[in-house]
Amino acid sequence: MNKTWLIIKREYLSRVTKRTFILTTVLTPIGFIIFWVALIFIMSSGVEKKKIALLDPGNTLQISEKGKLRDGMVIYNYPRKDLEELKSNFEDYGYKGILYIPDQNLDSATLTFNIHYYSNDDISITTQESIKKAISSHARKIKMDQLGINETILDKLNTSVELQPKNLDKSKEEVSSSRAYVATALGAIMMFLIYIVIFIYGNMVMRSVMEEKTNRIVEVLISSVRPFQLMLGKIVGVGAVGLTQFAIWGIVFPLLYLGVGFLFSGKLQQLQELTTTSTASNAGDIEDILVIIQELGNFNYGYILAIFLIFFLGGYVLYASLFAAVGAAMGDDWGEGQSLTLVIAIPVIIAFYIGIAVVENPNSSLAVWSSMFPLFSPIVMPARIVFDPPVIQLLMSVVILLITCFFFIWISGRIYRIGILMYGKKTTLKDFALWMFRKD
Amino acid sequence: MNVLELEKVRKTYQKHVACDDISFDIEEGKIFGLLGPNGAGKTSLIRIITTITKADSGKILFNGEALNNTHPSKIGYMPEERGLYKKMKVGEQITYLARLKGFSKREAFEQLDYWLDKFDILDWRYKKVEELSKGMQQKIQFISTVIHNPKLLILDEPFSGLDPINTNLIRDEIYELNKKGTTILFSTHRMEQVEQICENIVLINKGKNVLEGQVSDIKDKFKEHIYKVDFVGKIPENIDEHANIVEEEENSIKVQLIDVGHANKFLNYLLSQGTLVTSFNEILPTLNEIFIKIVGGKSDE
Repeated sequence: MNKTWLIIKREYLSRVTKRTFILTTVLTPIGFIIFWVALIFIMSSGVEKKKIALLDPGNTLQISEKGKLRDGMVIYNYPRKDLEELKSNFEDYGYKGILYIPDQNLDSATLTFNIHYYSNDDISITTQESIKKAISSHARKIKMDQLGINETILDKLNTSVELQPKNLDKSKEEVSSSRAYVATALGAIMMFLIYIVIFIYGNMVMRSVMEEKTNRIVEVLISSVRPFQLMLGKIVGVGAVGLTQFAIWGIVFPLLYLGVGFLFSGKLQQLQELTTTSTASNAGDIEDILVIIQELGNFNYGYILAIFLIFFLGGYVLYASLFAAVGAAMGDDWGEGQSLTLVIAIPVIIAFYIGIAVVENPNSSLAVWSSMFPLFSPIVMPARIVFDPPVIQLLMSVVILLITCFFFIWISGRIYRIGILMYGKKTTLKDFALWMFRKD
Repeated sequence: MNVLELEKVRKTYQKHVACDDISFDIEEGKIFGLLGPNGAGKTSLIRIITTITKADSGKILFNGEALNNTHPSKIGYMPEERGLYKKMKVGEQITYLARLKGFSKREAFEQLDYWLDKFDILDWRYKKVEELSKGMQQKIQFISTVIHNPKLLILDEPFSGLDPINTNLIRDEIYELNKKGTTILFSTHRMEQVEQICENIVLINKGKNVLEGQVSDIKDKFKEHIYKVDFVGKIPENIDEHANIVEEEENSIKVQLIDVGHANKFLNYLLSQGTLVTSFNEILPTLNEIFIKIVGGKSDE
């Protein structure tokens, strides 16, 4: 055990102190933040307020009576100038363009309303939409006045429909639709994380095994320690590296998030105002977002995290041991192992697709059975966990996974001990079977 | 006292018999040669001794005890297929391997200092292995093999890939360790090295013991009574009655005696015939010649 500990320590420290580890651990959050900040700037620069001259010689819009146009993206000025005159010198006044309202009728019978826009640049689609929206809502006001109705009466026409799923199974709490929405997102994120971890860190284990083999240090090592200790030390050490990386990200990301929110609070607020004032239909969205934020607080994160970690570690160990066996079987030639790694990759990819289906329908029989099957459960179960699957299913899944983990470690250990001493021969799946049953 | 005793050790891989009832003893403090052509089963046998694999049958005693998992810490093994972690620093590498052999951190560091100082390479300590030349790496490899003061040192083709200077350096170290009491098992297919270094040998071929014993005894057993005579003047005309001439040069002949027990008589005969003998030496066969004679030039190679 002492020696296994030494191996774990070496595997862990040699990776954590590596420049590439430090760089990826630090650069990934920084990269995200740069991307995010850039996004804020791009968005806020795209919505830079434009000053536009609005000429309405026929007073069709009745600006003085009905109030000015409201818009988050465009500032309207109402100069009392002649169109032809302004065309020649509008830029001198700082106007981006001239919005000209031709003489026409605007009443409850008007279906289309024509306006002209003069400028030297092309007009962007967002500006176009913004102007159209502002004029349209202004026209609506005029029409409402003419028809003698007001907003309160209109609101009375709206009926908001809420669907409340009622589960006939009494043991289940009632699930609101927004909760289902949030759970789907959470489940998908957890599933994706495990999927990524299996590939990245499984491959790391495999490469590390191959490196020892091609370096020819492995025979020196196994004259001191059992091959099994070496393999186990590697799997645990690399797993610890993965956990470290995730722990660092788990702390750094929220901090950076807060930091950016604080530093760019002005810009963010501006953005928020713009989106809320410019689009009238947004009020409903905001309500939804508030509900979602509220729902996010309603999950039992301790429980979810604990279950997630069990499947995270179980899935990692199960697949890492397979990757270790494949790494041991590979020769000096990288290409040789491709077909063998594919054999491992297939169940992971299948599990991922099942997971996508399961997130949509977390209590289907596909979901239940695939979350029992140990090659799929590390990916499928985390996708289900937020939907509160029955505890008995959860327990069974964990037990099956753990038993399979031990079994796979044992099998991989047997393949590993023979494989690492084999040189120059191409390994086939048949060899794997032979090695499993070969005596020491 | 024997450090290692093997009795009828047998190991098979599927249909291939790697070790077929091999038996020999290694006496404490000796340099013992394990000889055989490539594919004879040397490495398979060594892997059994180092507990990397297990024998199918047979008995192995280490220091009088049945071989078990505590023994590898008393064995230093430099495999033929050897290497180091390229990205690891020299000091870390050596202490890591020492600690895997059961040394405490302090012991490992003490020994590291001792060996780096001995080879005069203290300034390599923080260098990565990949920054070193191949010869330098071999020194590090050797240090990491002996750092834990093994009782039995197993060297599988230790000089392969070494230049003459490093070969001498490592050979001197082997002698020195041997003088301090380390028993050495030296495995090779290169006979001339064995002749220089080993006192006792076992020769295996196709997994079987073929020959075993002290180098001088073996040579004596396989001698063909050939003598080299340097002389001035002429050799007697009827020398054919006493010996067959194997090789003839000006003022020097190699002869094989017909009456094998009587080198004295032959010398007397030469002198009595008036040949002025300046030197008279028995030519013993080299291990290489013995080896080829036994194996018949046939090996698995």
